[in-house]
Amino acid sequence: MKFDTPATRNPIDQLKVVGKATDRIEGPLKTSGQAPYAYEQHEAVKHQAYGVMVGSTIAKGRIANIDLAEAKAAPGVLAIVTAANAGKLGKGKYNAAHLLAGPQVQHYHQAVALVVAETFEQARAAAQCVKVDYEATKGEFDLASVRDQGVEPKDEMPDVRHGDFAAAFAAAPVQFDQTYTTPDQSHAMMEPHSTLAAWQGDQLTLWTSNQMVAWSVGDIAATLGLPKEKVRLISPYIGGGFGGKLFIRADAILAALGARLAGRPVKVALTRPQVANNTTHRPATIQRIRMGATADGKLTAIAHEGWSGNLAEGKVELAAQPSQLLYAAENRLVSMRLAPLDLPEGNAMRAPGETPGLMVLEIAMDEMAEKLKLDPIQFRILNDTQVDPVKTERPFSQRHLIECLQTGAERFGWDKRNAQPGSRREGRWLIGMGVAAAIRNNLLVKSGARVRLERNGKITVETDMTDIGTGSYTIIAQTAAEMMGVGLEEVVVHLGDSSFPVSSGSGGQFGGNCSTAGVYAACVKLREAVAAKLGMSQGEAEFIDGHVRLGSKSLPLRNAAQDAALEAEDSIEFGDLAKQYQQSTFGAHFAEVAVDAATGEVRVRRMLAVCSAGRILNPKSARSQVIGAMTMGVGAALMEELAVDKRLGFFVNHDLAGYEVPVHADIPHQEVIFLDETDPVSSPMKAKGVGELGICGVSAAVANAIYNATGARVREYPVTLDKIMGALPEMV
Amino acid sequence: MKAFDYSRADSPAAAAALAAQFEGARFIAGGTNLLDLMKLDIETPQHLIDVNHLGLDQIDATPDGGLRIGALVRNTDLAADARVRKDYALLSRALLAGASGQLRNMATTAGNLLQRTRCPYFYDTAQACNKRKPGSGCAAIGGVSRQLGIIGVSAACIATHPSDMAIALRALDAQVETISADGSTRSIAMADFHQLPGDTPHVETSLAPGELITAVALPPPVGGTHVYHKVRDRASYAFALVSVGLILQKDGGGRIAVGGIAPKPWRVEAAEALLPQGAKAVSTRLLDGATPTQDNQFKVTLVERTLASVLAQARDDA
Amino acid sequence: MNDHEPSTLSRRRFLILGVVTATAFAMPPFISLKAYAATLEQPPMAKVTIQVNGQSQTLEVDTRTTLLDALREHLHLTGSKKGCDHGQCGACTVIADGRRINSCLTLAVMQNGVEVTTIEGLGLPDNLHPMQAAFIRHDGYQCGYCTPGQICSAVAVLEEIHHGIPSHVSPSLTEPPRLSAAELQERMSGNICRCGAYSNIIEAISEVAEVPA
Repeated sequence: MKFDTPATRNPIDQLKVVGKATDRIEGPLKTSGQAPYAYEQHEAVKHQAYGVMVGSTIAKGRIANIDLAEAKAAPGVLAIVTAANAGKLGKGKYNAAHLLAGPQVQHYHQAVALVVAETFEQARAAAQCVKVDYEATKGEFDLASVRDQGVEPKDEMPDVRHGDFAAAFAAAPVQFDQTYTTPDQSHAMMEPHSTLAAWQGDQLTLWTSNQMVAWSVGDIAATLGLPKEKVRLISPYIGGGFGGKLFIRADAILAALGARLAGRPVKVALTRPQVANNTTHRPATIQRIRMGATADGKLTAIAHEGWSGNLAEGKVELAAQPSQLLYAAENRLVSMRLAPLDLPEGNAMRAPGETPGLMVLEIAMDEMAEKLKLDPIQFRILNDTQVDPVKTERPFSQRHLIECLQTGAERFGWDKRNAQPGSRREGRWLIGMGVAAAIRNNLLVKSGARVRLERNGKITVETDMTDIGTGSYTIIAQTAAEMMGVGLEEVVVHLGDSSFPVSSGSGGQFGGNCSTAGVYAACVKLREAVAAKLGMSQGEAEFIDGHVRLGSKSLPLRNAAQDAALEAEDSIEFGDLAKQYQQSTFGAHFAEVAVDAATGEVRVRRMLAVCSAGRILNPKSARSQVIGAMTMGVGAALMEELAVDKRLGFFVNHDLAGYEVPVHADIPHQEVIFLDETDPVSSPMKAKGVGELGICGVSAAVANAIYNATGARVREYPVTLDKIMGALPEMV
Repeated sequence: MKAFDYSRADSPAAAAALAAQFEGARFIAGGTNLLDLMKLDIETPQHLIDVNHLGLDQIDATPDGGLRIGALVRNTDLAADARVRKDYALLSRALLAGASGQLRNMATTAGNLLQRTRCPYFYDTAQACNKRKPGSGCAAIGGVSRQLGIIGVSAACIATHPSDMAIALRALDAQVETISADGSTRSIAMADFHQLPGDTPHVETSLAPGELITAVALPPPVGGTHVYHKVRDRASYAFALVSVGLILQKDGGGRIAVGGIAPKPWRVEAAEALLPQGAKAVSTRLLDGATPTQDNQFKVTLVERTLASVLAQARDDA
Repeated sequence: MNDHEPSTLSRRRFLILGVVTATAFAMPPFISLKAYAATLEQPPMAKVTIQVNGQSQTLEVDTRTTLLDALREHLHLTGSKKGCDHGQCGACTVIADGRRINSCLTLAVMQNGVEVTTIEGLGLPDNLHPMQAAFIRHDGYQCGYCTPGQICSAVAVLEEIHHGIPSHVSPSLTEPPRLSAAELQERMSGNICRCGAYSNIIEAISEVAEVPA
């Protein structure tokens, strides 16, 4: 199905199932530990052996020698994979560094070997006996010192130069110029990257933990030099991804190589201390914001320039991106520079670009508002734009940022905020409120599905879409139920298998809208097939309450499958509506913090998000996406930083004790409001995504609240107490 | 993790004897730190002696009015003991500020004292660490050191001791009771239990090889107002940046022990004498000779501010 | 101590420590397993009997096998998750002799005679424990990986409060702790949820515990 004109009324608009707050259909499995993740596929194949990865202990250089004698002799060892016996390996399209080092080492903890043994204990012990000699070479590990070597990423994000920024900025009565930093961050999903690999002849099956099944089939094939048809990837449950499992990682390739060498199925999980350096992370940024405004607060010039680093084939972190669209200003400069670094590969993490970009831009807006003596909400409203600021003929399909801000202000009690920092104290606590705007673009990706009316009247949906905690299972079931006119309990959903039609996958908050639109398309075909079967093709049949109706005729849906199941497959393909309209989601985040006046410890006391994101397919799981993203935003604001050893070139705090993410005690009750909205330009579902919108701007709202509480304006994330203390009252 | 033999002892004397019998033997109780380190190949015992069944899991009143805490009393039980809550509140508070509910259910009194540093370079076997591998150097010096020590450290090691419980025990003047393979017993003051690194950071306590902790004895209650404030980057389940344990008496005198800054619970009796002059004077004396890194310079101020806050709280509570 | 008692959260057992006297074992007072390691070819093995979800399970395990790996790899009870294997996340939380522990940080061989309740023992899809049902109702999970640990922890937390065990945020050490959101948040902090379902998890537990809003 081609989607190239805005949606009109369709069966989804009935909202009998879609749009209702619905418990996750896989909930009973997950809450009772019955949902099998990649490392838990005991029933899948027999005689599974265990693989443990050995990671490089240098950041850059080459392997001079690997001594495997002791490891080979260790009890239970079946095989050891190294570059020497792995055969020729390619590199996946989505990987910057090779997944197995040798002889070159490109980053710390890059895999250098996999030890396969009968038991996990044996494999781990033997892996610790692998002795590797390295010849280390000098690397670059400090973004600040290489930023000037940065180049324009012409393919990913060419500079935006509109009007004459320099002149407008120079002429502006009120000017603002500040530089900020955001650190490297780790996805730190709860399930480490894991894979079980099994060969049957030349056919490889991988049970793995992966967000993008089709991409990853391609990259496994490319890496191992196999035809894609020889690779099957199964990823039914994923213990969190956040972008860290968009791509195949070493666990998948090593499991496949280990299984081939050992002649047995092999399963591999990265150990927690390996995850941070072996896999990808959100790259650190340096960002400079300049704004020029009239005395009454109209922006006339805005410049957002950013720098990030990566390995040679890695990509830039598009941190300046939100400044392309968020605020009006006739004169604009938006640019990123990518500098060479030898740290592990930087790549997408929840709302790549927007997250670090808004962490910075939305502090700058708070600062500029103060400079202009404007309320920060008023300042944002004043500079709203309903069109693409550069291509002004191009409207937003929907843009309700102002409503988000105003609704939130009212609900949060923004009028009780005192703009004077440090003016509200409750006992030992200094209290402050902060706000930030959120924008995240709505990406549209082709997505397919297969639906089947079974002989027992049940509807089965199959798509290689994944559910990484996002609620895909449930919204897909809701979509099929709505389309086929049956109850949710009549729908069975199978996901995450490359033998199913290719979907959008889970990334860029496009999965919810696109994958359900793909199911919609397949269901339209199935409805046609059913109608034909029941002799109701001559008009627009209705599918209601398990029946198909046309005029006065009504037949049970299941009658259509009396003799044989009916199956239909289709994809949603998007035309150029995304060119005609800028499609984005918007939000406003509010935070109230308490800061210990003595120590600078920060406690977030209240949080509210107001989101404008098209139709909300399942308000329950969508709300969860947003509160989860808000939680990650609190982490980014207050504690998350992969600490770089700039001499040795690695992330030092590479476990969950060292890399702190929020715990229960850090997170208060969270409120989320979804504006009542549909966006017919987005898809037949009239939906968009929220999973990334939820993090956009959160950290800035928290940082702004800290400023309001204390007067500490911290421009280097995370906002830890050592950076706050200097602004706190004298102790007596 | 290297293969090891596993034995279970049923009396303290038997455990100590067993330890003497096997080279490379280690006692295991809660296991929360030892197994953690064994998985990383940092601890490599050839023989594990399970001491969980020694019956050292009671808290008994001592004739002098104090308490004897069995080495195997779990952190949860120690923190929850009614006598401890009433008379040694600092100890309860320190324990409850540490780790998580699950870990406190497992971790023992002795094990808590013997836990090792959380320095990230100690935890990464690819990095130089004099504590883990004597003579290999210290990668933490000049590296990422925000969490690390500012005082009592040396040119060989800047690690801190991570225990919260030990801070309270130091302030309470606890004694660590032990038994050796020959059956002899002794009592070590908390002040002498943990060692400063000097040139031998791998020597962390004054225990002899194979010596087994049997109990920790608390002197009779000293009264006063007890406050423990642990400062960390997240609200729970994190190691201290700085923690301050205070016992403040009505006359303005008191005791102070500080965590998160040194290789042992940091207490300077001469600094306590300055309590009437306020937090700044105490803190200045307490941290006299501190050698912070650029990363952890803030701890100097943080100690002073936390102490001031804790003093204010104690005066309010009194 | 009765080793055959069903492995539910018996209140009577709750305050009994996870320590069993040596006489409870059919072993000599102390026993070396050195004999098993006569050669380097085989790692030392040990036989251990653990009561798992009410069933006696006798396993022959490598002495290095953690309780978590015994559950997951030997008994195929994969509800207990390995998130970090170092006691830093709580995904492996199980209830042992009435108390929640990190099953990744104890050896199977140390758990002889212990009654272990895993998520599977709390309830299965057709017979969910009230806490599991509340997690579903309040959407107290997303990817599901930390969820079994959260639920085991939550069940044990309510018992801990019931038995008067204080926490870091209890205002008074001399009075029993009260059920409150703050108490639950502190006590649940050993269970990390990177998806960030915390707010909903606290609501789910609060409903089961009937915490006043």
